Amino acid sequence: MLDLASWTSAIHTWLLGLVPEWAAILLECVVVALLIITLYAVFAIVLIYMERKVCAFFQCRIGPNRVGKWGLLQVFSDVFKMLQKEIINMRKSDMFLHDLAPFLVVTASMLTFACLPWNKGGHIIDFNVGLFFMVAVSSIGVVGILLAGLGSNSKYPMIGSMRAGAQLISYEISIGITMLTIVALSGTMQISEIVQQQADNGWNIIRGHVPAVIAFLIYLIAGNAECNRGPFDLPEGESELTAGYHTEYSGMHFGFFYLAEYLNLFIAAGIATTLFLGGWAPLHIAGLDGFNAVMDAVPGAVWFIGKTFFVIFLLMWERWTFPRLRIDHILSLEWKYLMPISLINLLLMALVVVFGLGINV
Amino acid sequence: MKTMEENKDLQTPAAAEPQKPADAAAPAAKPAAADKPAAAAKPAAARPQPKPEVPGENEIKPRLVELSALHDEMKRMRDEEKMDFLELITGVDWGEEGLGCVYNLWSTETGRREYVKAVCADRDAAFIPTVSDLWTIADIYEREVFDFYGIRFLGHKDMRRVFLREDWVGYPMRKDDKPEEQNPLNMENEVLSDTTVEYNRDADGRITETEHVVFAPDDYMVNIGPQHPSTHGVLHFRVALEGERIKKMDPKLGYIHRGIEKLNESYTYPQTLALTDRMDYLGAMQSRHALCMAIEKAASIEVSDRVQVVRTIMDELQRIDSHILFFSCLCQDMGATTAFLYGFRDREKVLDIFEETCGGRLILNYNMIGGLAADIHPNFQKRVKEFIPYMRKNLKEYYDIFINNVIARNRLIGVGRLSLEQVVSGGCTGPSGRASGWHNDVRKRQPYAAYGKVDFKEIVRTEGDSYARLLCRMDEIEQSLSIIEQLIDNIPEGPFQTKTKPIIKVPAGTYYSCVEGSRGEFGVYLESKGDKSPYRLHYRSTGLPLVWIMDTACRGELIADMMAINGTLDYVVPDIDR
Amino acid sequence: MAIRTKRPKIKNIPYEEFKDNETYEKLVAELNANGVNVVVKTLDDLFDWGRSNSLWPLTFATSCCGIEFMAVCAARYDIARFGFEVTRNSPRQADVILVNGTITHKMAPVLKRLYDQMADPKYVVAIGGCAVAGGPFTKSYHVVKGVDKIIPVDVYVPGCPPRPESFLYGMMQLQRIVKAENFFGTTNRKQKDPQTLSESLESIREVVDKQQEA
Repeated sequence: MLDLASWTSAIHTWLLGLVPEWAAILLECVVVALLIITLYAVFAIVLIYMERKVCAFFQCRIGPNRVGKWGLLQVFSDVFKMLQKEIINMRKSDMFLHDLAPFLVVTASMLTFACLPWNKGGHIIDFNVGLFFMVAVSSIGVVGILLAGLGSNSKYPMIGSMRAGAQLISYEISIGITMLTIVALSGTMQISEIVQQQADNGWNIIRGHVPAVIAFLIYLIAGNAECNRGPFDLPEGESELTAGYHTEYSGMHFGFFYLAEYLNLFIAAGIATTLFLGGWAPLHIAGLDGFNAVMDAVPGAVWFIGKTFFVIFLLMWERWTFPRLRIDHILSLEWKYLMPISLINLLLMALVVVFGLGINV
Repeated sequence: MKTMEENKDLQTPAAAEPQKPADAAAPAAKPAAADKPAAAAKPAAARPQPKPEVPGENEIKPRLVELSALHDEMKRMRDEEKMDFLELITGVDWGEEGLGCVYNLWSTETGRREYVKAVCADRDAAFIPTVSDLWTIADIYEREVFDFYGIRFLGHKDMRRVFLREDWVGYPMRKDDKPEEQNPLNMENEVLSDTTVEYNRDADGRITETEHVVFAPDDYMVNIGPQHPSTHGVLHFRVALEGERIKKMDPKLGYIHRGIEKLNESYTYPQTLALTDRMDYLGAMQSRHALCMAIEKAASIEVSDRVQVVRTIMDELQRIDSHILFFSCLCQDMGATTAFLYGFRDREKVLDIFEETCGGRLILNYNMIGGLAADIHPNFQKRVKEFIPYMRKNLKEYYDIFINNVIARNRLIGVGRLSLEQVVSGGCTGPSGRASGWHNDVRKRQPYAAYGKVDFKEIVRTEGDSYARLLCRMDEIEQSLSIIEQLIDNIPEGPFQTKTKPIIKVPAGTYYSCVEGSRGEFGVYLESKGDKSPYRLHYRSTGLPLVWIMDTACRGELIADMMAINGTLDYVVPDIDR
Repeated sequence: MAIRTKRPKIKNIPYEEFKDNETYEKLVAELNANGVNVVVKTLDDLFDWGRSNSLWPLTFATSCCGIEFMAVCAARYDIARFGFEVTRNSPRQADVILVNGTITHKMAPVLKRLYDQMADPKYVVAIGGCAVAGGPFTKSYHVVKGVDKIIPVDVYVPGCPPRPESFLYGMMQLQRIVKAENFFGTTNRKQKDPQTLSESLESIREVVDKQQEA
């Protein structure tokens, strides 16, 4: 199995030989930041293209096919368009908050994005309370959305952002508890450690069997709600609130919201992969050594991205099938069903761990 | 080509041979030879008079009621004679005689119709007592009359303009008004007033004005529309919110008011047909059918059985088309985008059938006075027969993807409940009214075209909520399919067009005809002075009562429910504004 | 500097098969009257390619043509193939406003306002007889005889309502116009809006002064 940790340490030692330590770290930080931004953009473009094609597939349509082969360049043309679109400043809006909001949303999703374990040794942010950090930074996005509604000085965005606030804060509880379920199983909050355990002992969804499957399902629902995607897309609920909290945003400011929406989808799927589906750990079937060896030859990053896109496909399927929920239904779904179930599920997981009922491959 | 030849045939005898001049008015009874002498005898008898004696079978003779007695008389009719359905109020400018209204009343119990007329001679200060306290629907009908004729209704709580801009000068439907000259295009944003005036006559006979407040300054107002994705067109709701709950709602209409009724007064009868398709474009066939029927019956033009059957089939196809689109738009409003496309997939099949026969997809221009524009396409029967099983199969998919979905059920069941009294008083005909238990299907109550010959069920539910309205329409698709199935193999032979005079004139009188449109009763009020163009042509819009009931249905519901309610009430805005 | 005539390529339709190429060439000549800056030419083409393939329409419909627009978005005609399916409900995010249907006197200020709310560069397509010239209602007292009386129109699509194919053809014509424009120097500075704080304060002051005078 490819281990990136040796590469990174080799690069670090090489840099230390050339420049003083502070300069080396600064240089590394810049390189990593550029890397994240590039990856971020690339994944956003891939996801938007995928969304349009998958949506077309569900709706008996073709989807983009005129720009480039199979419409592959469609999203690039959208990006060029967006880049040069006028950014409108409105009178009587709070200019500072209004302009700050999209950056907050993007920052939050980028920080969370940096937590994902791409490969063995391929972490960007990894420390002992990694999961905790992840939940914390992803919450900054809510602030951005609330500010967008507040700063626009307009009624639809205001209602949209209020809905978003209520919805995101509620569903964060379920997400937190399902994450705790996995923490209880793994005994650590360090993301690399959680994945390493799964590589050694089998994926969490198998190790934790019943409670892990329940947690996975709850996570899929709550994760979709966290991304503001259908059927939970109330904050931007198009038919009621035109475009919800970003009604008044144009040009690249809107583009940031658009990017963040898709990246949040990737992040939600990525976390699901990390916590339940083994992260970069390859698929192993006990007893089939030849098969396992072949699986090991595939790089971890491919495994991670592959599994993530599988989960994304599930989420898109959900989105393009169901009608939108109503705000009170969304909240009652969370507070009356998901949260109590996930609490009981946490207890169940604790029992599984205490009595050693987990399945270790 | 054929039509032209026929017209030539028609012109020659009319000009040269005085024996059968009013051939147009007689039926073209080619297959039934026995009818011919009778048909010829009728116009011969009518010959000496300039107008035929035979009255149109849809002629109405409104009873004139004194203004002072109007309110009491209407109340008596409603309470004692069970005239619980106020079908229509038509404002008319009778010139010298004055301005006034014609009230169409229909008893849902006995099926009896009554027509009442009220005239106010003083054109500058026209006041008529209101009936809006007896029927809620009179509220909007009277505001409409005020908007176009300047008749003020005494005791009406809300005498604001509703179709035209609030700063509009003059009353365009009056015969002596010149709206173009007084109202150039005004690009200033319209200022909407928050107060209204109520007029009353006090004991001394003077007019008093009382001011009412529609929206208080501290109401949290949200404007939904005029450009909003879920108002299905350009409709404007001013909504006062309390949190996310709707406290009050004030619909503003007229953003697509195109002055069709005024235009009609300067058009000849065949010309007026063209505009009906563009009002309710999802009920194009039915609206045009109603107008053709009104003119044909008024001018005693008989149409062949073939035409009647084809018209029935076309009406039902149009109903299916409309109900599918209703389903699609509802899904779109509720965020189920995929279901929206499923609906459109099937709708294209109906449009294919229309396109082959009529040449158009949406605006069909198929019905003509005395028949149809063209005979049905040779493929027509085959295509329709293919479509029926296809639609039955796909209808199940609608249930799978949306109607039986738990989210959709939660959002629709119990939302926007309307009681039977509310829909009758509010005049909500069509599936929206039938969902509340009101038997109002014109096809059953007053069969026209070939509806008397077919066997179908009137779908009535009792729940009255949004879900019932949805199910009602879905069941109606099945009924329509069954009607088409019964008729498609039994289209009688015969001409598709009755010979008519080159210039169609309707004998002087007042006429009313109605059909069951896709979303309710579509009526045509026609007043003629015997000219080649109508003196007054007024349509009973199917959507207007539905928009007006929105306030009742939405109060206390969430703003998200508003989308479900106006989606299931299913109105078409150009039909409301006309 | 040589004047470069742009001859944009639209996939699957040769240049000659487009109708009314004369008007189009006149337009191109007009747009390129000042020549093209060689330095930014490639970038210019890149942006134009992006803009022309990503024209997001505003969901705006007043009457019958709106239903046909929905049909264009649906499976059989699938406007998504061209990348136009991202219909935005907020005018701020839309690039092109398809005026579907009749514009009445009451609607005219609203349409103008919607157009003003859109971010530059923006385009207008008048769809259907009513939007082009008033259509069957041209004699009416309450109908605007063509939206070009209110807002500048780029493409006219006649029909009552136009067939979905005409919608697509109209959108392709719009793509050609977009591709003919020089982004730098013309399109990106079409008109100057009050951008900075001092400028907007200035304009507010003007309005207030006028009100006080009145």
